[in-house]
Amino acid sequence: MMIPNESINRIDLLQGTLDMLILRTLLFGPAHGHQIAKHIQRTTEDVLQVEHGSLYPALHRLERKGWVKANWETSKGGKRECKFYRLTAAGKKQLVSEESKWRRLVMSIGRVLERAEEG
Amino acid sequence: MLWWQRIRSWWPGPRRQSREVDLARELQAHLESETEEQQEAGASPQEARFAAQRAFGNTTQIKEDVRVTWGSQWLETLFQDLRYTLRTLKRDRGFTIIAILILGLGIGANVAVFSVVNTILFRPLPFANAEQLVWIAPPARKCGFSCETYSADAFQEFQSWNHSFEDVAGYFAFTTEDNYRLMGRGEPVPATGIFVTRSFFQVLGVHPSLGRLFLPEDARKGSHPVALLANAYWKRQFDADPAIIGKTVDFDGEAVTVVGVLPPSFDFGAVFSPGEKVDLFTPYILDNWRDDGNDLTMIGRLKPGITLPQAQADTNLVVPQLYFNIKYPNTKGFYKATLTPLKQYVTGRLHSSLLVLWCAVGLILLIVCVNLANLLLGRAAARSKEFAMRIALGAGRSRLIRQLLTESLVFAAGGAALGLGIAYSITTYLAHQGSIALPLLSTVRVGGSALAWTVLLAVAAAVLFGLLPGFSISGVNLQEALKDAGQGMSEGKRHDRTRSALVVSEVALASVLLIGAGLLLRSFLRVLDVNLGFQPSQSAAIKVDYNDGNSTAKRSVIFQRILNHIEAIPGVEAAGMVDFLPLGRNRNWGTVGAQGKLYRPGEAPDPLVYVVTPGFFRAMGMHLVAGRDFSWDDGPKERPVIIINQAIARALWPQGNAVGQILVTQGNRQSLLVIGVVADVRETSVEGAPGWQDYFPATQKYPEGAELVIRSKLPPDSLAGSVMRTLRQLNPNQPAAAFEPIQQIVDHAVSPRRFFMLLVTSFAAFGLLLASLGIYGVISYSVTRRTHEIGIRMALGATPGKVQRDVITRTLSLTLAGIAVGLVLSFAVTQLIASLLFGVSPADPVTFAVTVIVLALVALVAGYLPARRASRIDPMSALRAN
Repeated sequence: MMIPNESINRIDLLQGTLDMLILRTLLFGPAHGHQIAKHIQRTTEDVLQVEHGSLYPALHRLERKGWVKANWETSKGGKRECKFYRLTAAGKKQLVSEESKWRRLVMSIGRVLERAEEG
Repeated sequence: MLWWQRIRSWWPGPRRQSREVDLARELQAHLESETEEQQEAGASPQEARFAAQRAFGNTTQIKEDVRVTWGSQWLETLFQDLRYTLRTLKRDRGFTIIAILILGLGIGANVAVFSVVNTILFRPLPFANAEQLVWIAPPARKCGFSCETYSADAFQEFQSWNHSFEDVAGYFAFTTEDNYRLMGRGEPVPATGIFVTRSFFQVLGVHPSLGRLFLPEDARKGSHPVALLANAYWKRQFDADPAIIGKTVDFDGEAVTVVGVLPPSFDFGAVFSPGEKVDLFTPYILDNWRDDGNDLTMIGRLKPGITLPQAQADTNLVVPQLYFNIKYPNTKGFYKATLTPLKQYVTGRLHSSLLVLWCAVGLILLIVCVNLANLLLGRAAARSKEFAMRIALGAGRSRLIRQLLTESLVFAAGGAALGLGIAYSITTYLAHQGSIALPLLSTVRVGGSALAWTVLLAVAAAVLFGLLPGFSISGVNLQEALKDAGQGMSEGKRHDRTRSALVVSEVALASVLLIGAGLLLRSFLRVLDVNLGFQPSQSAAIKVDYNDGNSTAKRSVIFQRILNHIEAIPGVEAAGMVDFLPLGRNRNWGTVGAQGKLYRPGEAPDPLVYVVTPGFFRAMGMHLVAGRDFSWDDGPKERPVIIINQAIARALWPQGNAVGQILVTQGNRQSLLVIGVVADVRETSVEGAPGWQDYFPATQKYPEGAELVIRSKLPPDSLAGSVMRTLRQLNPNQPAAAFEPIQQIVDHAVSPRRFFMLLVTSFAAFGLLLASLGIYGVISYSVTRRTHEIGIRMALGATPGKVQRDVITRTLSLTLAGIAVGLVLSFAVTQLIASLLFGVSPADPVTFAVTVIVLALVALVAGYLPARRASRIDPMSALRAN
């Protein structure tokens, strides 16, 4: 839900980065959709809001690609069954490659910006 | 995912359903967790639930987005579209029926014609490696079969002297129908047999389905007579009895051993003499025919790797060495030979007719598509609100177009199914039309390629008429469309223009078809009007059996007795006999000249020869221009006489005094007294100019069989009984035979033209119907759309007459625009079919004028109905309704 004045401080996710964030989050252990969204939000101090409209399609896409696996498990409180996603070996590999890609991208963009400031 | 897993995951089966449940549970769990969290943060349960839902967003949308990642969207959508389409079509039953009917007729006609074109033009002949088969014949001249064939000696010499052909075979070119009698099984039954050279079937690559082919010893002089049976004859006459092999059968009192049965796929008549059937084949024994004239056709099978030009070069070296009769050295060097691929010989002259037919039927399909696009466009316009609503609810435009395409595809599938049914019935009907003299017609089937053609046509048609309304819809302005109550005044100018353009093109295409059909129809009528040189109506022929023991004196007596008895039958006006009926087989005995005159080669007339009895000319309705008919007094011992046609008379005695002159045959130098001159007869074809013909009396020359021709005002069937009784009385061996009206022979000769003319004319009629439907649809629709406007105008004082005139004016302006375009197109198109016309110019003003008038009249009728409706609009109710 986009409510204009709330979104001022938020940054829309770059295309493709959501997949990486999900994989990174799962590196700490299995989690269900709600936990993943909350984790990303908290870690970025609410700067990155995860749209559920993108989260679930992304999760299902990752599952199709074989980077994550899903299982129905009882949540910690034992209150309800949740669908837990966990990283697969292929997913770990993918995460490494995406992270290094991302670092290169950030570095390159940073360089361009520094130059611009110098000039 | 493995490929089969992936495919299975697309299928909307139980697996898919469990996945849906799974997804719903997952999202539900998420919502619950969120709600719990909100509650922990201090919200009331209800607030927490709302907040959670707000934070979560549109569940349906998320589900939809997730489903996209599952992959199988297109199939799911297709099922959805299909279900939806079937539902809407059920509602619009009338529309659906009309659309499928139109499309079915269009596709049916196309597939049927394609099957014919494919069989006759594209498919190889039904022989093994048929492309190696070559027709070997002298270049065409105007002297009938005798100039298109070779003598037994020449055949044998060519067979052994050439270097290009694996083998050469031939058949006897002068076979007449029902030339055999099957005896010993009750009444004698006529059968048609033909002599073929020993290796005929080997050359064609035909294998027997039972027994064996001819062996070299079967073709030796004095060998025991053997025969091969055509499959159809074997089934019809011998109940498909496999034990017939090796048995003897009595043909004409001779015990003939059946050595084999040919396969059902081999139909001699279909390839070599269209429209005729051949029942049995007997070996042509060269030694029996060496002193006869030219009577063998030649078909060669090229050696592997030899091209046609190479074979032609080889042939050009060999043919001048051939002897007509090796006993006479001076008969060497008269032959020529041109090689033609057998396929081209059989079907070549039909090429342009068939292509024209194909184009005509393609034009029909185009009109069908335009018509359907028009219908769908009208329907789409009526549904514009529905579509606007669906776009507003989130349907993508591509999704709408896809749905429209699905609808068209459903129509196309229905049309294709109906079309195949129609095509199947048409081809089955055609394959059993023995009376149409088109080669290979009896082998026409809806085959695999025709099926592929149907699918292609249907899909192409669907895309063609589905896209147009699709794009026009996707340009709809939502607000306008939703606001528009559907009865607006100035709605859809663009829309109207598209539909008008469609109608104009439809009328244009229809007028091209009409003009083409008109020209063919007029050509056909001209052909029927041709002066044949005889009067086919009221004449009929029946084959007569006789045994003259090769004595001319005996034959004269027999013939005279038969004719006396026949002429005594009440109702018979005239009777006579001839050996070859016109437009059928013919023969030639060499050139003739006037006595005392020398002719350079190629200068002397080279006539077709007929052996006739007194009375024949009268029975045929032929016109004796000068002199007298033969009489029974022109006996075997009397002075040899001859009757010539006008063409010979003009060539030999230009002064017009032919009667009483002496004619000399150039071969054996026989002198004959010319006693009469008859009008030229169209002997070889109805459309070709007549050539030279001369007539010998059966009382002085040997006829090749006898056809009894009678002239009577009574229908031949009513005479058949008494004629047959008379013939049986005189000769118990006379086989059962039916009268063949001479008109039927003429009809058979013009049947290809009639066939093409009828097809193109029916296409044109269909095109006209479609065009009128198109006009009616557009005008009627525009009247409906403008009810409100017309109401206002009438309230302001417009008279019903004025309203009616306006609508009709619009109709006519559309039609005239179409006709104008069509006329321009036709001038170009008719030049292309000029070679198919007979006695009619491609720019025949009558045809063009009639087409314009017919189209304008049809348009008037199509426009009148909506015009009348418009003029009856009640202004009050029209205004109130909106």
